[in-house]
Amino acid sequence: MKRLHALARHQLLWPALTLILLILLDVAHRASFLSLTILDGHLFGAPIDILNRAAPLVIVSLGMTLVIATRGIDISVGATVAMAGAAAAVILEADPSRVGMALGAALAVGLLAGMWNGLLVAFVGMQPIIATLILMVAGRGVAQLLTGGQIIPIGAEGYLRLGDGYLAMVPCSVWIALVVSVVLTLLVNRTALGLFVRAIGINPVATRLVGLRSSAIVFGVYVICGLMAAVAGIIISSNVRSADGNNAGLLLELDAILAVTLGGTSLLGGRFSLGGTVLGALIIQTLTYTTYSIGVPPEATLVVKAVVVIVVSVIQSEAARAMLLKPMKNLFSPARQRASTGTSTS
Amino acid sequence: MSDLPILEMTGIDKTFPGVKALQQVDFRLFPGEIHTLMGQNGAGKSTLINVLTGVFPHDLGEIRLAGRPVSFAAPLEAEAAGIQTLYQEVNLCPNLSVAENIFAGRHPKKRGTIDWKAINTKTREALAALDLFVDVTRSLDSYPIAVQQMVAIARAVSVDASVLILDEPTSSLDDGEVARLFAVLRRLREAGMAILFVTHFLEQTYAVSDRITVMRNGTREGEYLAKDLPVDVLVAKMTGREGANEALKADASDAARSASAAAPFLSMQGVGRRGLMSPVDLDVCPGQIVGLAGLLGSGRTETARLVFGAERADTGTMRIDGHSVKLASPRDAVRHGIACCPEDRKKEGIVAALSIRENIILALQARRGWWRLLSYARQRKMAEQYIAQLGIKAHDAEQPIGLLSGGNQQKVLLARWLATEPKLLILDEPTRGIDVAAKFEIMDRVRSLCAKGLAILFISSEMSEVVRVSHKIAVLRDRRKVAEIAGEHLSEDQVYQLIAGGQS
Amino acid sequence: MRKLTGRLADPRTLPIVATIVLFVALFGFGSVMYTGFFSMQVLTGLLVDNAFLLVVAIGMTFVILSGGIDLSVGAVVALTTILCAVGAEWLHWPIWIVVPIVLVFGTLYGAAMGVLIHFFRLQPFIITLAGMFLARGACFLITTQSITINEPTFHAVASLSLPLGGGSLNAGALIGIAALVVAIFIAHFTRFGRNVYAIGGNERSALLMGLPVARTKIAVYALSGFCAALGGVIFTLYVLSGYGLQAQGMELDAIAATVIGGTLLTGGVGYVIGSLFGVGILGTIQTLITFDGTLSSWWTRIVIGALLCVFCLLQRMIERQAGRRRTGGAGLGPRSKEPSNGGQRRPEQHGGGDPVTMV
Repeated sequence: MKRLHALARHQLLWPALTLILLILLDVAHRASFLSLTILDGHLFGAPIDILNRAAPLVIVSLGMTLVIATRGIDISVGATVAMAGAAAAVILEADPSRVGMALGAALAVGLLAGMWNGLLVAFVGMQPIIATLILMVAGRGVAQLLTGGQIIPIGAEGYLRLGDGYLAMVPCSVWIALVVSVVLTLLVNRTALGLFVRAIGINPVATRLVGLRSSAIVFGVYVICGLMAAVAGIIISSNVRSADGNNAGLLLELDAILAVTLGGTSLLGGRFSLGGTVLGALIIQTLTYTTYSIGVPPEATLVVKAVVVIVVSVIQSEAARAMLLKPMKNLFSPARQRASTGTSTS
Repeated sequence: MSDLPILEMTGIDKTFPGVKALQQVDFRLFPGEIHTLMGQNGAGKSTLINVLTGVFPHDLGEIRLAGRPVSFAAPLEAEAAGIQTLYQEVNLCPNLSVAENIFAGRHPKKRGTIDWKAINTKTREALAALDLFVDVTRSLDSYPIAVQQMVAIARAVSVDASVLILDEPTSSLDDGEVARLFAVLRRLREAGMAILFVTHFLEQTYAVSDRITVMRNGTREGEYLAKDLPVDVLVAKMTGREGANEALKADASDAARSASAAAPFLSMQGVGRRGLMSPVDLDVCPGQIVGLAGLLGSGRTETARLVFGAERADTGTMRIDGHSVKLASPRDAVRHGIACCPEDRKKEGIVAALSIRENIILALQARRGWWRLLSYARQRKMAEQYIAQLGIKAHDAEQPIGLLSGGNQQKVLLARWLATEPKLLILDEPTRGIDVAAKFEIMDRVRSLCAKGLAILFISSEMSEVVRVSHKIAVLRDRRKVAEIAGEHLSEDQVYQLIAGGQS
Repeated sequence: MRKLTGRLADPRTLPIVATIVLFVALFGFGSVMYTGFFSMQVLTGLLVDNAFLLVVAIGMTFVILSGGIDLSVGAVVALTTILCAVGAEWLHWPIWIVVPIVLVFGTLYGAAMGVLIHFFRLQPFIITLAGMFLARGACFLITTQSITINEPTFHAVASLSLPLGGGSLNAGALIGIAALVVAIFIAHFTRFGRNVYAIGGNERSALLMGLPVARTKIAVYALSGFCAALGGVIFTLYVLSGYGLQAQGMELDAIAATVIGGTLLTGGVGYVIGSLFGVGILGTIQTLITFDGTLSSWWTRIVIGALLCVFCLLQRMIERQAGRRRTGGAGLGPRSKEPSNGGQRRPEQHGGGDPVTMV
């Protein structure tokens, strides 16, 4: 009983250990890995680099966590990233001074995308993977439509500061990720939303019988996910200084799902951990960085990710655990009796 | 009927951790007969069948099929030996055609390819033998359940089953379909099939059985010829009314059975749902405990679900405090002050991975909405208050509820709903699986709440409980309400007579 | 006649009827709008340009019929092109040695995923996703550049041409047609094919009926892997090069073609021929847009997405009808245990609750 207690408390144990392991690997390879220097009034160094690049992934993964917790999935986030960036770029191309409007447009796009997904899943009752597949396919087309098939460069100063700029020596994107994390954590813990999401994921039948209107909550969760994708889209497009309908956010949904899984949230829904997801996203980013710096070709990252996904899935699967426990059970429990030939007792 | 049983089970024992499910059970089945297995919840019917078909092994005893001792390690082995089981849910593939369902996995082939013509022809023949004439090329789910069951039976026959087990096949059928099913069963019986029929519908038992075996609490009460067993004796044997009276008539401080003069809080008129429950009239007044009595499957939980909005009624009107309401979901019911502790607490009650505290405040929080979270301090206080009041045995309120014993889980569920301060509380089997002391605790609590004006709808398989505690009892049988009794001296005998009443 | 219309309106066949009607309508629309559209040249061109997608979609159809999904096909196609290029250019093997090896590889790859999915009861979405990562990663580990194929045997096969009417079919198109015929045969005239349908309809029932579920499920993914590899071969002949960045998103096109072709994503319902029309519709849309010349090519994505949406909504309505028929049937139905709220549908009869998986 006590051990269960401890384990439950240290839900973040495994992701944290993995991250530390990776960092140690980096430090072993290059002792100056963790060192930070100040250049031009900005903080520089490998950790800052990783945090900076991880920011969009962190944001999207947080939204994805809530969706997965309700036994859902959203594979359209990459497309939403592209659409949001495209919307902002189009407005800025026309008039680089209307940064506020560009931001508003991008966020509106994310909101609409999330509402669309939420509508299909929560009210029409489609399976989440199918519902979000539709937007995944069509979304890129919409993004291309907005950009007119071109890669639109973004030159607006104010907008670029979001992805490239620094605030108090720390990159803006990291600040944004931090703020988003804090807001979502507050939302989940200071309101009943976290409780409801968990209840829906653990036992949807009982949740309905408690008088909860699950459809509204599920809808809301997809809206949040869409919004997060839009924020990430803003950062990404600001970072690369352009909006690319085809490539922005490519494969991002897969990385996000991976981050959520690594962070300890089960794909079957229920209990979730925003902190774990953040760690998961950092693990992925550090992994990319590590493989690159060690000299492993960046192409190998995909292979490593694949292996990690498989290993984590197998570990999380009940069947694997059963397979491991069965030999142990057979060892300890007495052999079961079988009445075979006429050994009846009366 | 022939002289030798085709199936003989002797001295079957089966123990699960903590529960002796079967004790020295004997059972025999003759070819060319329909043998009905009857018993209440927990009597051991399903366990006996599972043991027979190899779902799990028995601990002691012997099974003989056609004289040879057998022991099946898996249901497929039993099927291969000629024992086919049909469950309430039709275990066929709804998307495949009727013909294909019958021949799935063993399609006749012609020159290496599937011979569809042969399949269709043979299927028509097989169904004709059961007096069923349908388009065998249409998908299975384009037909109602009754037809699907016939197809399942036809499949069993076509694989040369010698024993056919039907586990509650009629729950989904209307009277006409039941009659057709029974015609088919009689036909099979004439052809020499041994049929084991499990049901809880009394009328049906007498309509079709040759022999009846009654089980109670894991033992065999007896095997009787149907024509020699009057229904009231059957009911008595199923419920154990004769013989030792196990219920302690402990301090029978029965609440005053005064007929309530107050206006009813809940008034149901003709409320029912097609396929679930025939229209029911029921009134529940504040401070009143209304018991729903009936055998397993009589419709008690179904009625409760209608009251709670978990199922939508399609006939009748429901009034709460005089105003007509439409309960489309439990949310509506909760808003009107109705609460419900469901029968299946594992599937429909507890949210296993959440803590005790979270489970307790869940319903109240659901009503408040997502924005106004109850403060942690207040949640803890509530949890601790109820843990103390109801005597919930747990280390602390942060434990996941899944780790608690059944009785304690039930108490947490009760706490959850009491926290919403309801006006009507539905208790569906609140004391099932709970030790005696806890039972009394819960019932005492319930009665004291009642004294304060809470109305209660009480369902329990333990008739003594229902009788002891209720002001008024609605008697249900076969998904309809057959009687209502109230007054000073309610007795179990009265109830049983009403349940058995009207039998031919 | 009435029986025919009754059949057509049957919810199971309604989607594919809609598909065929749509294809004919699209093609008809094109013929009316543009001269030269309604010609053998365009029709054969449709087949030649999309043969690889047809083969991949055939494999996908079987997987989806069984209730699963395979996201790795696009990556396997790309890997196949690279393996072919490597075999041709680095090892100088002729085509008749390279292709069988590649096909075996694809089959084993699929089978491996099938084993993981069945025995560990893992979700097909996740495992095939990992398969996609793995295959793409393998591509890039072999080479990041594009390898042009100059091997003469490859060129010989690639330039095979069978004139038909005004147009011509190439080797790839012929392979595609052959694959289609074989697939239809498997689906309707072999036990394996029927078992796939059974498992997709209700895996638990299939198990209880004694069907070889494990064997069939693994074989279905092996088949998908084989089709992906075969599609990759056709693609290689088409572009005569190996490159890891090819076939991005092909899995989505294959899924779209399958769904638009009338196959239900929940499994158990659908026809292989439907995927032919699904691919045909995708190809026709592309051709229409090309013919138009003014519309940008990304409209394809939007239109496909919209079509997918319409067909999925159609499927959902059919499911709702079927559900209603079950409970509100003739008399006392089983107590409905599922909550009626739209979000967390738990398709118990399909053997699993969570929406990430198709099973």
